[in-house]
Amino acid sequence: MKLSEAWLREWVKPNLSTDELVAQITMAGLEVDAVEAVAGNFNGVVVGEILSVEPHPDADKLRVCQVAGDSEGVRQVVCGAPNARAGIKIPFALVGAQLPGDFKIKKAKLRGVESLGMLCAQTELQAGDDDDGLWELPADAPVGTDLRDYLQLNDQIIEVDLTPNRSDCLSIKGLAREVAVLNRCEVTPPAIAPVPVTAAESLPVVLNAPEACSRYVGRVIRNIDISRPSPLWLQEKLRRSGLRPIDAVVDVTNYVLLELGQPMHAFDLAKLEGGIDVRMAEQGEQVVLLDGQELTLNADTLVIADAKQALAVAGIMGGKHSAVTGATQNILLESAFFHPLAIAGRARSYGLHTDSSHRFERGVDYQLQLDAMERATVLLLEIVGGEAGPLVEAKNDEHLPQARQVTLRRGRISAALGLEIADEDIEAMLLGLGLTLEERRPDAWVFGVPSYRFDLALEVDLLEELARIYGYNRLPTRSLAAPLPVPAHAERQLGLPALRRQLVARGYQEAVTYSFIEPELNRQFDPDNDPVTLKNPISADMGAMRTSLLPGLVKTLQHNLNRQQERVRLFESGLRFILRGDELEQEPMLAGLIYGNRQPEEWANSQDPADFYDIKGDLEALLAMTGAEGEFRFQAASHPALHPGQCAAVYRGDRLAGFVGAVHPQLQQALDIPRPVYVFEVAQWALLEARLPAFKPLSRFPAIRRDLALLLARETAADQVLKCVEKHAGEHLIDLKVFDLYMGKGIDPHRKSVALGLTFQHPSRTLTEDEINAAVDLVVQHLQSDFDATLR
Amino acid sequence: MENLTALTEEALKLVQDAEDLQALDRVRVEYLGKKGSISAQMKSLGKLSPEERPAAGAKINHAKDQVQDAISARKTSLEKAAIDARLAEETIDVTLPGRGERQSGGLHPVTRTLERIESIFAAAGYRVEVGPEVEDDYHNFEALNIPAHHPARAMHDTFYVNDSAFAKGDQAFVLRTHTSPVQVRVMENTQPPIRIICPGRVYRCDSDLTHTPMFHQIEGLVVDKGISFADLKGTVDEFLKSFFEADVPVRFRPSYFPFTEPSAEVDIGCTHCGGKGCRVCKHTGWLEIMGCGMVHPNVLEASGVDSEIYTGFAFGLGVERMAMLRYGVNDLRLFFENDLRFLQQF
Repeated sequence: MKLSEAWLREWVKPNLSTDELVAQITMAGLEVDAVEAVAGNFNGVVVGEILSVEPHPDADKLRVCQVAGDSEGVRQVVCGAPNARAGIKIPFALVGAQLPGDFKIKKAKLRGVESLGMLCAQTELQAGDDDDGLWELPADAPVGTDLRDYLQLNDQIIEVDLTPNRSDCLSIKGLAREVAVLNRCEVTPPAIAPVPVTAAESLPVVLNAPEACSRYVGRVIRNIDISRPSPLWLQEKLRRSGLRPIDAVVDVTNYVLLELGQPMHAFDLAKLEGGIDVRMAEQGEQVVLLDGQELTLNADTLVIADAKQALAVAGIMGGKHSAVTGATQNILLESAFFHPLAIAGRARSYGLHTDSSHRFERGVDYQLQLDAMERATVLLLEIVGGEAGPLVEAKNDEHLPQARQVTLRRGRISAALGLEIADEDIEAMLLGLGLTLEERRPDAWVFGVPSYRFDLALEVDLLEELARIYGYNRLPTRSLAAPLPVPAHAERQLGLPALRRQLVARGYQEAVTYSFIEPELNRQFDPDNDPVTLKNPISADMGAMRTSLLPGLVKTLQHNLNRQQERVRLFESGLRFILRGDELEQEPMLAGLIYGNRQPEEWANSQDPADFYDIKGDLEALLAMTGAEGEFRFQAASHPALHPGQCAAVYRGDRLAGFVGAVHPQLQQALDIPRPVYVFEVAQWALLEARLPAFKPLSRFPAIRRDLALLLARETAADQVLKCVEKHAGEHLIDLKVFDLYMGKGIDPHRKSVALGLTFQHPSRTLTEDEINAAVDLVVQHLQSDFDATLR
Repeated sequence: MENLTALTEEALKLVQDAEDLQALDRVRVEYLGKKGSISAQMKSLGKLSPEERPAAGAKINHAKDQVQDAISARKTSLEKAAIDARLAEETIDVTLPGRGERQSGGLHPVTRTLERIESIFAAAGYRVEVGPEVEDDYHNFEALNIPAHHPARAMHDTFYVNDSAFAKGDQAFVLRTHTSPVQVRVMENTQPPIRIICPGRVYRCDSDLTHTPMFHQIEGLVVDKGISFADLKGTVDEFLKSFFEADVPVRFRPSYFPFTEPSAEVDIGCTHCGGKGCRVCKHTGWLEIMGCGMVHPNVLEASGVDSEIYTGFAFGLGVERMAMLRYGVNDLRLFFENDLRFLQQF
């Protein structure tokens, strides 16, 4: 909310500079976003009057004006403004004046004609946005008066960013109350007294939706002269609050909105048929708003209607049909209480947000309607004249908010705030905020909550008020004290941080990509899972909740390839979102990607391209951290996004944990990536459960190694062969490895040579040659029978 | 006997001239070997009288020792020269870079910052808790004292999820707008004392220079008997000083969150200008850094915690903002572009 500091100071007069005032209310929870001078820094500008205008002899666009206002006499000023004409009052910068931007007015000759001073537009004085020629001042502006004094321009616009709970401060009245209690000084509001009723006419009001509108005050005012504009002081206050003056009726309703916080509305009485009916809209009912927008209403929307039609969307915006116009003579003024819950969300559902809806959905003082009506009537009668009819108040006590009482226990204050505050200070702070003391008990108070504080309902709400007014930063600070029990510490649980560090040590860079991705990209990687989508994505390419982390990593690869990177290793951890039946599973995953050469380009490094076994090795290094490598198995598998011949499913026990492989060459090509991309994606559950080490005694006897070179069919899977060896080599086989693999020249093209190293050791004696030979023979026999293996 | 001296001198000269170990050994065999010329002198002792023999024998032995010592010395020196030559041969340019994956990868700055924050709180006895990112309306809003149509919902630009495939009843699902629902889930399942932090991704439907539709928060929650606003102030103040490793000024401003009461925004003295006022702090000298407050009794009660017995505080902060201030990053969007030139700086 924007307000004029000078206006606030009419209500409350703390002995504070602007900076101090702004700091004070900010620290009381009414955050000041900006402070801006009402006008630029200038002096030597007075109210001038153009007495006569003549064309410039040598310039089509310039005019020569005779201007009153300088105490030395009438001055000649050359002016280019299109609206320069005799009789208007304008800001007149005298010779010697200083304008914003360090611009000094000097005697000058414009195309040969002498000019003594300058006539100004609003923008030239930084006093507004109006750039359409000269700033035309009211006809009664006193010629010769300093403009800063006349317009009270030594003022600041303070912009307060109020939190949604503080609707009570959406007015000068509310802010003044806060400033007063912070400074323990008085509020001096304008006196509001009932206006004498001089017209008999009134309009009946029926509350047909009392739970949404429980008080409606209406008044007819007859015979107004709408041609009379609002006085300058009123216009200036509106302008400084960010509202544009329109006509006196609209200006006065806006003024009361700003001053007291009561949104009001005025109808052209001539357009109304019958009485006022405050009711819910019929589903699909139409209304044309003040701004010309046509709205189709939902049945949850409250309207102000007459006998014939909806006239206004209650608390949000008036309608065009019954709007006050230049031809209006009689009006109906409205001052109502609409319940926050009846207005909340409605404006937004129609794409609207108005000063009125902003206040009603947060809560308008439900006792304010009559005062606001009287205040508006007085102002209107002063400006546009007319006769006021009687007040018509329709209310429903059952649905008006009930007065609340809150009990504040003394013990709770020190317990919650860590501070003892004297009783009289507690009472002074809360009474200053408008609470009433209902009862004083030995250990507690009962306070009544004022009708404008929708946010005070519980004891903690009063504690916050005390803390706020006392000052958060004056309250004590202490270190948290708590028992220090030694917590459980699961050694079988690996942390994600350890896994991340393993990948980092192996050259991977962590990426964090968006959880929502392009649906088509997700489909390319995971056509079998329909992703959950967003109803309101930022853009179409951020609409699907990822079912895999791989698309995000591949996109990141693309981004970096486009920035001339040639070797990329990335990983990411995070959730994927998969529908299984009617359950949405949010599974923590870990995914990695490598691209480019096996090793960084260096004089000593291999320049070979990375391949499947590089990423598999990295993944195995992660699996090894669990200390339970034996529980994992890799199995040739197919995955829609991966190369059919270079893809393995990873199992822990019998449970599928993820995949590792090369991105399918077609997908790689579709994504315009020049070289193969290798990826893995594994569920975190499979990586986080570790084995507790269990000691086995060390053998003091020699280990004996035998190597076997086998010829096998090319498609024979190594792990099947190794399993067979393990099964038949006996209990003393302690190590088994594939130490060579050869295909090509010198052997059958359908076969491959696999070299196995078998190491045997007995825990308590030296194994004999015969024992080892027997074991190896048995292994060879089974390899021959199971895999048609031959020894080379 | 008369040529012993000559032989000795001859041998010593040959030792000196030996260029390698083989040559040296030939000298040894030639003079000191069984058939060596100095050894042969011993045979001449037989021709001498028994009185003369001891002195002559001693002379010969002395000559042998002399030559042997010279050979040993020469051997040592030749060996050393051989080693020196080999070492010289093996000398490499140690300034060339090493082999393999020399530069490790790195953690994303958000992870780095989260881990730092987690470790600070872990040292103070906080547990880490996580929760779902597609969250139901109840945990994201209702249980946090934000009923439907509450104006505070407008403060969260919420992403709504097409949930017809999995929603049960009339519960609507959203992408969580903050990490606070994790608090609720923990309180539902744990009796106090509770001391946790909840890091994670959060989502708001907002994207411009200073907003990304996804970012990270870390939330803290303490619930116990006798927890006061003073404990909250102390915890936040100590944390910020620890995180920035500096005695940063910290101030608390009243604010509003539906799930805390009293609520506060926390400002620190601008880390960029030291509080003098600059572009970063919009010339206020202060940077808004986190929100906090005492847990609202409605939130405690909604999760089954008796608010008459227990009180608590909660705080939440934006991880990217902390990382930006800590490392001087000037553009939020960099965090999610994942440009390696950016990532490698952390």
